[in-house]
Amino acid sequence: MKHFNRTVTVLVFIFLYVPMIVLAVASFNDGLDIATFKGFTFRQYANLFRDETLLTLLRNSLIIAILSSLIATFFGTMAAVGIHSMKGRMRKAVMTLTNIPMTNPDIVTGVALALLFAFTGTMLKINSILGFWTLLIAHITFNLPYVILNVMPKLQQMDPDLEEAALDLGCTPFQAFTKVVIHEIMPGIISGALMAFTMSLDDFVISYFVTGSSFITLPVEIYNYTKKPIQPKIYALFTLMFAVILILMVVMNLLQARSEKRVQHGTQRRAH
Amino acid sequence: MKSKLLSAPYIVWMILFTLIPLCIVFYYALTDSITGEFTFANLTSMGTYLPIFLRSIWLSLFASLICLVIGYPVAYFIAQCKPLTQRFLEMLIMLPMCMSFLLRTLAWVAMLENTGIINNFIRSIGLSPLPLIRSNGAVILGMVYNYLPYMILPLYTVIMKIDKRLVEAALDLGCTPKQVFTKVILPLSGPGILSGLTMVFVPAVSTFYISQKLGSTGTTLIGDVIESQFKTAYNPNLGAAMSLVLMILIFICVSIMNRFGETDEEEVMAKV
Repeated sequence: MKHFNRTVTVLVFIFLYVPMIVLAVASFNDGLDIATFKGFTFRQYANLFRDETLLTLLRNSLIIAILSSLIATFFGTMAAVGIHSMKGRMRKAVMTLTNIPMTNPDIVTGVALALLFAFTGTMLKINSILGFWTLLIAHITFNLPYVILNVMPKLQQMDPDLEEAALDLGCTPFQAFTKVVIHEIMPGIISGALMAFTMSLDDFVISYFVTGSSFITLPVEIYNYTKKPIQPKIYALFTLMFAVILILMVVMNLLQARSEKRVQHGTQRRAH
Repeated sequence: MKSKLLSAPYIVWMILFTLIPLCIVFYYALTDSITGEFTFANLTSMGTYLPIFLRSIWLSLFASLICLVIGYPVAYFIAQCKPLTQRFLEMLIMLPMCMSFLLRTLAWVAMLENTGIINNFIRSIGLSPLPLIRSNGAVILGMVYNYLPYMILPLYTVIMKIDKRLVEAALDLGCTPKQVFTKVILPLSGPGILSGLTMVFVPAVSTFYISQKLGSTGTTLIGDVIESQFKTAYNPNLGAAMSLVLMILIFICVSIMNRFGETDEEEVMAKV
């Protein structure tokens, strides 16, 4: 059984990673056709950094991802604290609201927002309302639930006595939050923010429906590219992003492992 | 008491950008595209798209089941590893989720095409090339490839949390390892199986990119039709009607799956 599981796992990892390796190899290919390797070159990388439009698109994607994840983290954390103090039917209603964008397929979320913006556009008699603001609104909307679902469990794990102690010792509710609560829930806030950031950076489906020609992000443009023959510099961009994300993930894992070890040491010392 | 108010901005935002857009989807679905008058024509014309709906359902159900069958051994294997290895493997499962799914799907196109990597290889060893792309099988492959991590992660989380003492108890009481699996581990991973199936099925049934790239005109999915109503054919009213039907369809499928899960859980409880 163990052997069977191990074999399947190895095969699945090959299955998951072979297409990405194909793209990485293609980024060093001297020919235009991805299926035939003509020779090794760094030319695609040089082309990439010379391509102003691609760099602008990357910048657009980063602006939207950073802004939307920061705004969603701020209001999402506030909302999580609020929901945490709710009870009964009110809480259930708000959680249902939170779950709507999570359970709806992306295409429905995208279409619904596109219709909202089209409707607002005709009401305000603006021709093309789609652009930066509609994109930002859409990204904040689908990021908010991720933040809430990451912060809520941390609030539930938190010892409620901590906040009460802070209040008893003379903190105002605001001070109790900034001095005590926020430190307890910080891991949830950070993981929520990171999740929101990656979701936003990689989102194609929703962005595709709510963006106009005035402000385009990288995934949307990649989709437009793929209708024409794809340029090899895109593979170079993919490979670079792969490297960056890999390094980020390894660093995060190491940090997490270290902090967990520290916590273990702490509890052990206390036990002694 | 006051902290409830903290979630007010969030609730207002979600009503504005998730609830109201869904109401607008209803509104568009029930009005005529030209006159704007109330009509059921959009919804009644859904009958002609029945084959496409059915195809979307069976292709994505098939893909979800394949994900379960190959994802379960992987999740089980990872849950059995040492903590540090677990963390590393989990990271390797999550990494593809952060990379552009458009480009990763294109990598499959490059591999499966008639002049692609696999067929070039087949030709080079003197065999005749295989028709790999533009088929139902290729679309299912694309779905499995893109959404497999969404199956493995919830399964892994659930299996990891299973109390080891239950397994030991079952072994002590005379279960064979196979019985331990079918009577203890599998029933306890029920919630993970359900959320995995949902997380694969929902994006798979609503995809349009995978079927555009790996399928043919014979594998048009419901997502393709919705996309074309908004981007090329421009009939948002028909597109809204389809999104509405898609939402209802997903709601029905997910509740059926959950119903199965509930009875399973109850049975387990009854046996215990």
